[in-house]
Amino acid sequence: MNPGYFVSQLLQTLLAVFLAPLMLGWVNQCRAWLQNKSGPGLLQPYRLLLKLFLKDAVIAHNASWLFRLAPYVVFSGMVLAVSIVPVLATDLPFSPAADVIALVGLFATARVFMALAGMDIGTAFGSMGARREMLVASLAEPALLMVFFTPALISQSTALTTIVEALGHRELTLYPSMAFAAVAFLMVLLAENARIPVDNPATHLELTMIHEAMILEYSARHLALMEWAHAIKLMTYISIGIALFVPWGIAQAGDWAMMPLSVGVLIVKLALAGAGLAGLEMVSAKMRIFRVPEFLGMAFLLAVLGMLTHFLLEVNPT
Amino acid sequence: MSGTQLLPSIYLVAAVPLFWIAVGLIGLAHQTQRAEHARLYFPLGAAGGLVLAMAAYPALSGEVHAIVLPLGLPDLPFHLRLDHLSAFFLILLGAVSAGISLYAGDYFALSRYGNVRLICLQYHLFLASMAFVLLADDAYLFMVAWESMALASYFLVTTDHEVDEIRRAGFLYLIVAHIGAIAILLCFGTLQLGQWNYTFDAMRGNTLATGWAAVAFLLALVGYGAKAGFLPVHIWLPEAHPAAPSPVSALMSGVMLKTAIYGLLRVTFDLLHQQIWWWGVAALTLGLLTALFGVMFAAVQTDMKRLLAYSSIENIGIILAGTGLAILFHSYNMNVLAALALSATLFHCINHALFKSLLFLTTGSVMHATSHRSLGKLGGLIRSMPWVAAIALIGTLAIAGLPPLNGFASEWMLFQAFLLTPNLPNTYLNMLVPVGTAAFALAVALAGYVMVKFYGIVFLGLPREPLAHAHDAGLMERAGLLWLALWCVVLGVLPVFAVSALDPLVHALTEGSLQESMRKSSWLFLTASSPEKASYGPLLFLLGIVLVWLATFLLVRRFYHGRVRRADPWDCGFAGLNARMQDSAEGFGQPIKQIFEPFFRLERSHPSPFDARPAYFSRIDDRFWYWVYVPVIRLTETLSALVGWLHQGRIHVYLIYSFATLLVLLLLIQ
Repeated sequence: MNPGYFVSQLLQTLLAVFLAPLMLGWVNQCRAWLQNKSGPGLLQPYRLLLKLFLKDAVIAHNASWLFRLAPYVVFSGMVLAVSIVPVLATDLPFSPAADVIALVGLFATARVFMALAGMDIGTAFGSMGARREMLVASLAEPALLMVFFTPALISQSTALTTIVEALGHRELTLYPSMAFAAVAFLMVLLAENARIPVDNPATHLELTMIHEAMILEYSARHLALMEWAHAIKLMTYISIGIALFVPWGIAQAGDWAMMPLSVGVLIVKLALAGAGLAGLEMVSAKMRIFRVPEFLGMAFLLAVLGMLTHFLLEVNPT
Repeated sequence: MSGTQLLPSIYLVAAVPLFWIAVGLIGLAHQTQRAEHARLYFPLGAAGGLVLAMAAYPALSGEVHAIVLPLGLPDLPFHLRLDHLSAFFLILLGAVSAGISLYAGDYFALSRYGNVRLICLQYHLFLASMAFVLLADDAYLFMVAWESMALASYFLVTTDHEVDEIRRAGFLYLIVAHIGAIAILLCFGTLQLGQWNYTFDAMRGNTLATGWAAVAFLLALVGYGAKAGFLPVHIWLPEAHPAAPSPVSALMSGVMLKTAIYGLLRVTFDLLHQQIWWWGVAALTLGLLTALFGVMFAAVQTDMKRLLAYSSIENIGIILAGTGLAILFHSYNMNVLAALALSATLFHCINHALFKSLLFLTTGSVMHATSHRSLGKLGGLIRSMPWVAAIALIGTLAIAGLPPLNGFASEWMLFQAFLLTPNLPNTYLNMLVPVGTAAFALAVALAGYVMVKFYGIVFLGLPREPLAHAHDAGLMERAGLLWLALWCVVLGVLPVFAVSALDPLVHALTEGSLQESMRKSSWLFLTASSPEKASYGPLLFLLGIVLVWLATFLLVRRFYHGRVRRADPWDCGFAGLNARMQDSAEGFGQPIKQIFEPFFRLERSHPSPFDARPAYFSRIDDRFWYWVYVPVIRLTETLSALVGWLHQGRIHVYLIYSFATLLVLLLLIQ
């Protein structure tokens, strides 16, 4: 295999890993602007990570090896996830290792480790957070799979790179089913990344926490890894959204001349997506935990409807 | 295929169950101390399992051999046959039972109940009868083996027969097993087509009319379903599994349920020559319903073995759904896709056998260490039982369907099979697929929830009751557990070898093969139809995770000061954090109870805020018990009451009966 591919793979992965906190900073900055505040600046997440990496780790007396292992597993899972998604180019040597189903499985692995670590200490918050996170996830995961299956049926493939090649580099076709899938994906993205209608990333108010409750016992380097992994996860989801629904501009295999252009296009897309996310969070309120199943049930049904629409409207009768 | 050819393979394979019977009988006769006895005879059985798996392995791709044993009734000798299908299930039986038997050596040495010599006999008879079920080539031997399997397992389930509840569970199991056996007998009756020749060879030669073929298929579905636990006849599983000693639960859930799947595949793909599309739809629908039902009930259980029993129902549902897909594809002559669905199904069979036995065995260790089965009393065992906890984590991740372990690999293949259904030439079926895929995805996701609950409550957190003498598993127990865990990892990381090994079998049953698509990619990647369309490389996947993990770990080690302080967990500023503040098993299941409420039959009483002695009560029942079983029981009782009314217990009444009968007969004869 061409070593150039590995360079582009490594480049893309490192870029995504190190720019992920910037993305989070951008979303927070946009939200601050929308709230008429000046905001902490784009680099705030980096400062937070640095601070956490400099602190002493405080670990509960009864923490087991699972508790200390989990942040590393979660972090490496997310790095692997972001290296599978075609962000800049579709010729990734790593992408045959995992298709969209394996990607969903990867998110699930990271989540299960996080939930188990949350239950390890035996505090009320930890187990409550773990239960809620698993609840949200067990409803969001099938919805996410169904979202992925619509483009998979259109492109006859579950490999993300093939999907992007098929959707982005053919002549422009409008797929009504993809509209359903896009709405469902947006809802899943909000739920899985602990964003506002489902969870509030800015709060530590006891009764509303989901994600934060689960990682409450972590501090210093472990917390830094968890927070970083969380930022990478948001980045990965947004990249998946871009790859599936607005794939135009991602460089084709071996097309090095396209690279600079595709970087530029990507930055514009990410900036728009971040601003959109902040705007969406501004106009919605967090809902009660038992509204969440309805919200995710709707995402699930929309995704299934998307697949049905594909069969009804887009498959030529043979 | 005649039985004249003499080859060692089948003789060796057939010798193993005879060896097991011998071990059981010698074990019965040998009077010695309990611990010594168990540690001697069960590992012998494990060695038999290993030999069985190795002896059957060449037959997975080799020729078919059949022999006739001069046993049985006059004119009704036992026919044995070793073909690809029975070889696969024999390997499963041998490999999985090797781990379980090794474990059982320590387990029965330390357990207090039951007569170990008797258990040894029943246990090895159970193993031998399962082997004969898989080897049988005529309905006579099959039914004899099937019934001895049911009886041996019945006696093992009721090992602890002083307890009322366990006797009841055993009785329920026995009844359902026999309803199933009647259906299987009728199924063979249909298949022999009035020829009075009950060898499978003769049945293979018959060509049934479509209607009779459908009758045979439905009878097989009911009969084998009663053993496997398909939806309305699943009722015995959650009762019998918790009642049995853990190695027996492991054997029943891991291996015995698979013999039922073997029977279903044998009838559908081997003895019947045709498949109709609606059989596939029926099996698919029933399988998905069973899977969803099982996982929802697993989520609300408070007893760890019941939780695992319901999880078995879920996995059997997934296996049935896969079988349904294979039938559906095969009925439309789409043989490659049928091969894909069938490979996924068989792969999931062996995966489920491995991780479910593993988890049942860990519950055995937990019960030995704590003498508790209820999740409400456990917790924090990762500290006192590090070995068991680490191995159980592998089983938990595998059964939750997480990459790169084996549960995910087979589920991945099933998803691919689902996604290829749009190729079916039937528009209505195409519409069904999104719904089926959605149900499957939901079941798989909820399984993750269930397993986090299981592991988190048993092994993590603080002990919910004082667990004074919790200790880790013994050496033999660990060895048995490690054997099963090792295969969970190996099959998860290198699924391509497993799928390639299955290919001759799948080819024999469906005439399709995955070789074509496998050849296009390397051994690293599992593919569905072609590598561009979908591929999954678990080894690369694992390597990726391990590399990033190492890099992160080393970087953190290198640049970070590494100061760690130990402190009490944060208690929100209120002193007095205690174990009762954690989620209980009920608490963890509560969201599922609330979201899927219509599926459960709930009895709840909440205390009012003014109760001086508040009490909470919640009971979850199976709706099928009230829909199907209670009416049948009532009807039986009413009928027997009517018959009982005839028994007046007075001699003159009986004389009147005789007189009336005589009169009626006289009238009839005239």
